[in-house]
Amino acid sequence: MEWDWDFAWSIMPTLLAGFRITLIATALGAVVAAVLGLVFAILRRSANRAVARTTGFVVEFIRGTPLLVQLYFIFYVLPDLGLRLPALTAGVIGMGLHYATYAAEVYRGGIEGVPRGQWEAAKATNLTTRQTWLHVVLPQAVPPMIPAMANYLLAMFKETPLLSAITVLELMNQAKSVANSSYRYVEPMTLVGVMFLVVSLISVVALRWLERRYGRISR
Amino acid sequence: MGDWAGYLTLILMGAWVTVKLTLMGSALALVVAFIAGLGRISRHAWVRWLATAYIEFFRGTSIFVQLFWIYFVLPMTGAELTPMQAGVMALGLNVGAYGAEVVRGAILAVPRDQHEACVAVNLTRFQRMRHVILPQALPLMLPTFGNNAIELLKATSVVSLISLSDMTFQAQVVRSQTGSTLMPFVTILLLYFAMSSALSFGMRRLERRVTRGLDGVR
Repeated sequence: MEWDWDFAWSIMPTLLAGFRITLIATALGAVVAAVLGLVFAILRRSANRAVARTTGFVVEFIRGTPLLVQLYFIFYVLPDLGLRLPALTAGVIGMGLHYATYAAEVYRGGIEGVPRGQWEAAKATNLTTRQTWLHVVLPQAVPPMIPAMANYLLAMFKETPLLSAITVLELMNQAKSVANSSYRYVEPMTLVGVMFLVVSLISVVALRWLERRYGRISR
Repeated sequence: MGDWAGYLTLILMGAWVTVKLTLMGSALALVVAFIAGLGRISRHAWVRWLATAYIEFFRGTSIFVQLFWIYFVLPMTGAELTPMQAGVMALGLNVGAYGAEVVRGAILAVPRDQHEACVAVNLTRFQRMRHVILPQALPLMLPTFGNNAIELLKATSVVSLISLSDMTFQAQVVRSQTGSTLMPFVTILLLYFAMSSALSFGMRRLERRVTRGLDGVR
């Protein structure tokens, strides 16, 4: 089977429309993941042992099961329990929830990376809790988190094709429907691969820059 | 309600496919990781270049895209693959690319003087790797390999989309036959969690075994 440039060009608008949804899903998913991740990280540090333990287990459970199955769960099970979500919303919540567990680790690593002496010095100079966080801990904890977060953002972007399984019309789904209606798989599938590859290769360069600029999180 | 036993058997059959995929995928990933990881630090520029191209390519796209490409596009070039072969290949090549960076990082983390000492006692390149560098690099790789194995287990669910009857696929079958959603999906979520917990437990045991006697060295 030969590569057909005319056909490849003719399906580009459809694919780009899908690509737009892919980008939207990634952006919204990232916001959900960043916020929920912070909630997980804070709850895990809670003084209440029961809360900390439960959060720890929930996070482990989400990390230990596949994103695809979680998406199915949100898309198929929740409507039976009375909560019907549009496909894209279900997808954004599913991806956000899954990556929030990874983001929580990044937050935890960043905060624990601030040396104990800094906390003690803040206490010694009589700063309030608010001042300690805003002026001492966060300015030191956030920069090392940036490259790690960007890394997971890229990982999430690459996982968006899974949303096609719950009928979101993103890039992969558009490619599949083009392939099914024209019986040509080579061009759409390859173009999807190329699009993802181009974005990730550019992102890898950006990531290297971020790492140089903000330093790596030490593990 | 009376048919739950039958549906559960169906899901357990899928679980066996998931286990097989995980084991075969991990085996392929391990081999590929060592080949590409050692290739990355080869003396020959073209080997390094080839390994880098492979790693960047497979890390730059998701397993989903790779699987579809292997399953739908490769047959057009004449290489006919069963869903199982395509699944193992996609899983192994994808996770192998991540593993290759781990192998490379661990080998480079072995202190320089170890390499120099090997040269000083006149070991061949193969002897250096086999007897000095790898035994020290292996414990460094294990924790990340464990995480990679769990990522691979989670990624196996994607093969259900090329109609390979793994656990996720069987849950969908049960859903479409019974209309019940809660039971099949909760069952497979628990099974996946049990499998990933077993994997991380096994990897921790292995880690302890391999690092035995190394206390005090690091």
